[in-house]
Formats: sequence, structure tokens, C-alpha cells
Amino acid sequence: MPVSPVFYPQDAVRFLPEIILTVAGTLLMVLDPILRKRTSAVFGHLSLVALLAALAGSLYANGSGGPAFGGMLNVDAFATFFRVVVIVVGILTVLPSYRFLARQDAETSEFHALLLFSIAGQCLMAASNDLIMVFIGLEISSIASYVLAGYLRDDKRANEAALKYFLLGSFATGFFLYGVALIYGATGSVNLTVVRTAILHGASDPIFLGVAAALMFVGLAFKVSAAPFQIWAPDVYQGAPTPVSAFLSAGPKAAAFAVFLRIFMTAFQPIGSRWEPLVWGVALASMCVGNFAALWQTNIKRMLAYSSIAHAGYVLVALAANSDTGTAAAMFYLASYACMNIGAFSCVAYLSGKGERYQSIEDFKGLGRRQPLAAAMFTIFLFSLIGVPLTGGFFGKFYIFKAALESRLVWLTVLGLLNSAVAAYYYLRILVMMYMHEPTEAAESAEPLSPSVRVALILPALATLVLGIFPTWVVEFAGKSAALVK
Amino acid sequence: MNLLVSVLFLPLAAFFLALFIPRSSPHGSRMWALVASLLTFVTSLGLLGWFDRSAGGEQLAIDVPWIASPEIHFAISVNGVSLWLVLLCTFLTPICVLISWNYIKDRAKEFYAFLLLLEFGLTGVFLAQDLFLFYVFWEVSLVPMYFLVGIWGHDRRIYAAVKFFLYTFAGSVLMLAAIIYLYNKTSTFSYPAIIDMLSSGKLTFGATEQMVLFLAFFIAFAIKVPLFPLHTWLPDAHVEAPSAGSVMLASVMLKMGTYGILHFCLPMFPSAARTCAPWIAVLAIIGIIYGALVAMVQPNMKKLVAYSSVSHLGFVVLGIFTFTQQGLDGAVYQMLNHGISTGALFAIVGLLYERRHSLDIVDYGGVATAAPWLSTLFLVTTLASIGLPTLNNFVGEFLVLQGTALANFTWTVYASIGVILSACYMLWLYQRVFYGEVKDEVRAHVPDLNLREYAAIVPLVLMMVWMGVYSQSFLPPVGQNTARIIQQTNVNVPYRVQIAPPLSGTEVARAR
Repeated sequence: MPVSPVFYPQDAVRFLPEIILTVAGTLLMVLDPILRKRTSAVFGHLSLVALLAALAGSLYANGSGGPAFGGMLNVDAFATFFRVVVIVVGILTVLPSYRFLARQDAETSEFHALLLFSIAGQCLMAASNDLIMVFIGLEISSIASYVLAGYLRDDKRANEAALKYFLLGSFATGFFLYGVALIYGATGSVNLTVVRTAILHGASDPIFLGVAAALMFVGLAFKVSAAPFQIWAPDVYQGAPTPVSAFLSAGPKAAAFAVFLRIFMTAFQPIGSRWEPLVWGVALASMCVGNFAALWQTNIKRMLAYSSIAHAGYVLVALAANSDTGTAAAMFYLASYACMNIGAFSCVAYLSGKGERYQSIEDFKGLGRRQPLAAAMFTIFLFSLIGVPLTGGFFGKFYIFKAALESRLVWLTVLGLLNSAVAAYYYLRILVMMYMHEPTEAAESAEPLSPSVRVALILPALATLVLGIFPTWVVEFAGKSAALVK
Repeated sequence: MNLLVSVLFLPLAAFFLALFIPRSSPHGSRMWALVASLLTFVTSLGLLGWFDRSAGGEQLAIDVPWIASPEIHFAISVNGVSLWLVLLCTFLTPICVLISWNYIKDRAKEFYAFLLLLEFGLTGVFLAQDLFLFYVFWEVSLVPMYFLVGIWGHDRRIYAAVKFFLYTFAGSVLMLAAIIYLYNKTSTFSYPAIIDMLSSGKLTFGATEQMVLFLAFFIAFAIKVPLFPLHTWLPDAHVEAPSAGSVMLASVMLKMGTYGILHFCLPMFPSAARTCAPWIAVLAIIGIIYGALVAMVQPNMKKLVAYSSVSHLGFVVLGIFTFTQQGLDGAVYQMLNHGISTGALFAIVGLLYERRHSLDIVDYGGVATAAPWLSTLFLVTTLASIGLPTLNNFVGEFLVLQGTALANFTWTVYASIGVILSACYMLWLYQRVFYGEVKDEVRAHVPDLNLREYAAIVPLVLMMVWMGVYSQSFLPPVGQNTARIIQQTNVNVPYRVQIAPPLSGTEVARAR
């Protein structure tokens, strides 16, 4: 499909969230010298306003949805769903970072500007219907997040994390780009709809196509930290500043899964029988590696990193189902995963103290006694990560395994569910520390909850509970948009 | 408003209100928990009035759509079995509040809040008629109990709490898989609808399919019961839990398993259940004898009572898998009996611990001299527990053994050994703790019961006598419901099932 050079006004409307975020990010950097003299919290306020505007923008764009820029973007319900998810992830990242950055004496505009750029990239990934656009979105998102990972310049671990993330991330993008090139060679187009038609008509060499799909799969598996491409995740999550780890574990992951679903459910859906076994294996490997490795961790950020590998495995189970229910299940799971995981990281960010001294699981001892509200919210996130009913995590898991059983993936379901029982152990360990031990230094020195931290903890906790108790609306929206991805 | 909804949601509402009581006023939390649980109990007594004994079946049903896709309903109703289990739960909760009154000093607010949440979860398990809802309650009840054991328990509480959680959780994830499988096959979670489909032949399972589904449900339930050899979490959890936790765990929570087997496993997967019955019966008998033998050598009172639970619950499972009217009636009655008498045992052991700060039998001796009324009430409970006629356990054990005799006489012989052994370990415990020379520490630290403690224990003892003397107040609704279950297990069963000739009405009445 030739790209039309004509610019239609509605294209701008459909591109609204990205425009708002980019403009706001640039403004933040420009205004830095002027604003810095006042209070440094103003950066946070500005980026919150920008994110809320982008949220409104993406909902408005959904109202006049459709293809934009000659079919390079496709603003449908699916795109809106993921745009909303990544923007909400952004909001939930900004909230705890107020106190966190103040404590590290690192309140600058760059943090917020980079965050907004990264989210803009992710919004673009969610909406793109063209492999080149996917690639551009991926790069915008990734490059901003590499810098974010190393944001605390003086911290050796953060530098290590940034470098590792950058190197492995570049490899992954390289793989992906190779795949895109092969696809272009095989089908003569990078537009997903056109590629799908080409594959359906059998116009291309199946081996060529298989290699292309495999390369793109590897690239995306890196981005979602699925085993065996997960090695970077624990080091990066541990080294990066905690709010950034929270963001990395939810935002880029959700966007990468959006691309994953879009590419594999649109372009490669006709050759589903070929990639399903591959996804099956990667899903199982991710669940097992993530859960069993997490059992031995003593650093809570590392543990949450392994847990996020396992959760990527659960989402891949939904992808392996290769059905509309599977897509909807994956979408729902990513939404609830974003809430519970960011919430969990926010609790860690709250406790960690200056210079992130307290990151050991032992440091959570007695938090339930000293800071009952923070501990109670963390409890909700942990139960949701375990998959206890009345939380979003449970309903998401339920929905994923329902989809898997519908597609007759009985063994994957059984092994996945048993995995979630194994996972319960390491999440329970944190609860044990918080409630069943006497407070130690970390809990004693935890500062009182500031209003921003309070909101940062209560908001995702409420969202987790609402997704678990009244999931209907989100499930229906996900179901409707899953049917559109084809 | 539907009475069942009130009974179910009163504890939940009370839980939320309890969260707002200031931490500085533990007495406020206590009083609130007592008032709320008594109110729930009184409300639940209303069920006795509203439950139509002549009609039988599922009653007071309420069915509200909850989640649209997949279609999940908030569907609850009460039947002749769950009626008594709900009452048992609401009856024991105020008692648990009373026995924790002075014992729980640390974080009292959270303790009583969790107790109320536990009541909500347990009641819900017995009432749910939607498989998804059932699973929700099943897991939700796990959370408060985990905290009760883990925070307020004894020395090894953390190990016990985590083990308890993981055992139950691991068992139940497979049940979840089975529930989802059933939904994909029938497009409904509604339990009555599935039973209808089964009895009208619209839904059939292949032999392997049925066996796998049966096992997925059964293992989840068997862990909870607990059936030998899945019982290893129980001694830990019971011993380490605070008294109130032990009471709720033993008296109500274990019944979730047996109720599940009775209510879900048997009617949904009858032929698989019958195929497995001999194996399960053997495991139950091993549990009866093993539990009793291990109980006998325990130096720790709570551990002794815990192992006696393994033994008693063996009777329940054995009764269920006889597939006879008497066996099932006896099993249900035994669930209630065990709830009352073991609850009382744990409560009184808890009172002793509160006084003497020890659970070891050797630290006691001559308590009967120091605290005569406490000893008398413990004696009645002991006698009830070993199945003395005119006390409650006798009726249940008799019916179970009668049912077993109809199904397979050899089983009866072995199971009866358990009855004898229970007399041994309980009486020996009584002798060592209450008789003999009065130890100085006992004389100094073990006063008799006070008014609050009487209020907690006497109702339990009265129930033992009532249930032992006039079982007719309890059994008819049970019988109606178990008859229905037996009838459902005869649907679509490809082969012969029943050896026993049907007893005439008068004989059954005499047996009861």
C-alpha cells in the first residue's frame, strides 16, 4: 500500500496522545532552567498533567478511530486499550517518584521528560500497523528507557544496569529489524494487513517467512523478558532506580506485548500452527525459570524481576492459545499486571530509603506494625500476584487459562497453574516478613506516608481490586478489541 | 432482603467496620467482634425458621449475575447439610471471640477483623452454588487463616502458616483447572444447572475425563479434610495456631473438604467416585488408625487433639464413600460432632495454656483439684469425643459404622479399632492432665473458669448433650439432602452399585 503524502486533519486527532506527550516532554526540558528555581516538584506536576491530557487524548482519539497516515497507524480499540495502559503506567510511575527522587536529591526535568518520551514511543507501538512504525516506536521507547535505567548517574549499579539494558536491547532491536527486512523481502510490504494477505495467498517462500517470524519473535521475546532471553531483566531491574524498574516491568512490556499480539495475530496468524509450539515452549520456560529462580532471591527487586519473567510466561500462554479469547485474556492480564506490579514496586520505592539502602526482603520485617497502610496495600498487590480471588491478578490468570483450555492446551494449563502455586511461596515470604517479624531498622526508619505516596499505593490497589471484583467492563472492552485485531 | 445474604454479608460488613476502630482501643475491637458475631449467629438462627424441612433440596436461593463474560453468577442457597455447617460456623465465631478475649493482646484489632473475614469466607464456601463463586470463597477463607496462624501463633507459626497456605493453594489450582474445563464444556458455572444436565443426560463424561476431573476436585478437598497421606500440614497448623484459630480450623475449615466431596465430587462424577471408593476407604481407615496411634504418643496436648482430628475425619470420609444412606448421614453428623467436640477440646486446651503457658502434658497434673469445673467440662468433652452413648459422637460413629457394615464389613472391623484407640488416648490424656498429684505450678496458676469462659464452653457442652440425646432435631434435613445426593450418584452409573437391601423406615428410625 503506497503511503499517501496527503495529510488529513483527523490523522492528527488519532495521533493526539503521542503529540501531547512529545510536546510536553520537550517543554519540560526547555522550561527546566526557569522552573528549577521554584520548587522541584513542579516537574512531577507538569508530567502528571501531560499524562492526564494524553489519557484524555487517547480516549478522544478512540472516538474518531480508524487508520491514520495512510494506514501506518491503526487507532482501534486495541490501540486505545494499550495506550491507556501505558499512560496509566506512566501516572503510577510519576506518583511514587516524587518522594523517591527528592530522597535521592535527583529531582530534574530529564527524568520526567524521558518518561514522557518513552511513553510516547509505547503509545506509537500500540497503535502502529506497520512494521516500520513499530520499529520507530520501539526505538523511541527503548532509548528513553536505557537512559532512565542509568538515571542515577553516581550509582554504579544503575550504570551497569543501563549498559546491560542498552547492549542487550540493541541486539534485540537488531533481531527485530532483521525480521522486518526479511518480511519486506518476502512479501514486498511492511504493512501488517498487506503482509497477512500476502501470506494467505501463499505468495512467499515459507522458509524465508519462518526465519523472519523467528527473528521478530526473538526480538520481541527479549523486550518482554521471556526465557531464554530474560538474562538482562534481573540485573536491570535491580540496578535501575526503583520507580524506573516499576516502569520497565510494566510499560515497555505491555507495549511490546501489544506489538507481539498485533504482529502474530494479524500478519502471522495464517501460519499459526508453526509458531504455536514455539510460544508454548517459551511460555513454559519463562514460567519455570521465573518462578524457580525467584524462590532463591534475597533482594526484593531481583525477586520481582524474576516474578515479572514468570508473568510474561503467563501472558505467552494466552498467546499460545492463538484465539480471540486468548488475545483478550492477554490484554486483561497486562492491565491488571501493570497495576499490581507497579504497586509492588512503589512499596519497595517507598521503603528503600536514601541511596536505596533497604532492598533486601529482610528489610520488610515489621512493616505491618510500623506502617500498616503501606503494608496492607503491599498485601493486596502480593495476593494479586499470587492469584488469590477478588484481585485482578486472579481474574487475569483465570481468563488466560480458560483461553488455553479452550484451545486444548491442557498440559500447559496444568503446568502453568502448578507454577503459580510454586510462586505463592516467594510472595508469601514477603508477607511473613511484613507481618510475622518484629520491625528492624528499615521499617523503623520508614518515613511517614506523604500524600503522593499514599495515592501511589492506594490507586493501584483499588484498581487491582476493581479488576478482580468487577472485571466485566474491562473484559468486554478487551474482548471487543481482540476481535478487531485481524 | 434474603436472609442468606444477611447471614453471609454481616461478617463482611463487620470486618470493614472493624478496620475503622482505632488501634488504641483493643477493647472496642473485642466488643465489636463479639456483638457482630452474636448478631450474625442470631440472624443465622432465623434460617432454622425459614428452612422448610418438609421440602428439602436447595432453599432460599438467590441468583444475581455478577460477571457478564464468562457468565458468573452470585448464586447461593442452603440445603439440609450446609444449613448445619453455616450454623456451626456462626455458632463458633462468638465462642472464638470469647476464648481470645484476654489471650490476644497484641494487634487485637487485626485479629478480630481477620476472624470476621474468616467467618465470611467459610459461610460463603458452604452456600455457594456457582463453581467460580465457590472457588472464590474457598481461597478467600485461606487468607485470614494464614494470618491468624502466622501472626498470633506459637513458636513455629511461620512454618505452619506457609505450609498450610501452600498445601491448600497447590491443591486448589488443579480444582480451578477442572472448573474451567467444566465451563468450557457446559458454558455455565452454575452447579444446579450442571447437575440438571447430568441427570437429563445432556452432559456426559468419558471414563478417563471423569476420572481426571474427579481427582482434580478430590485432591483439593482431600488436602483440606485432610485425608491420609495428605494430612501433614494439619498437625503443624493446629498446634501453632492460637486457640481461636485452632477451633475455626478444626471445627469449620476441615469441613470445607468433606462438604466439597459430598456436595460436588459425588453428584458430578458418580462413577469415578465409585471406582475410587475402595482406595479412598482404605486411606480413610489408615487415617483413622494412624491418627489415633500417633495421637497416643504425643507429649503435646494440642498435637494430640490435632491427630485425633485426622482420625475423626477418617470416619467422615469413610462414611461418605460407603454410598449408603446411613453412611452419608453419619458422615454429615460426624462433621458437626467433630466441629463441636474438637472445638471444645481446643478451646479448653487453650484456656489451660493461657493459665499455665505450656502445652506439654508433663507440665500438668491434678488440674481437677485446682479447677474442678474446668475439669468436669473437659471430661464431658472427652467422653463425647470418644463416642460415649448419649453424647454426640456416638450417633455419628454408629451411623458411619452401620453404613460401612452395609458396604463392606471388613472396613467396619478396622474402623472400629479407631473407636477403641480414641478411648485410650483421650482417657490417658485426661488421667495425666487432670488427675494425679497436684503440681505446685498448677495449684498456683490454674484457677477455675470465670464467667466469660463459662459462656464460651457451656454452650458447646450443651450442644454435645443435645446432639447425643435428640439427634432427631438435626438429622431429618440431613437425611433428605444425602438421599438426594445418593440418588444423583446413581444417575448414569454404568454398573451395579448397591449391595445393601433398603432398610425399612422403622429400622432406620431405631438406628438413629
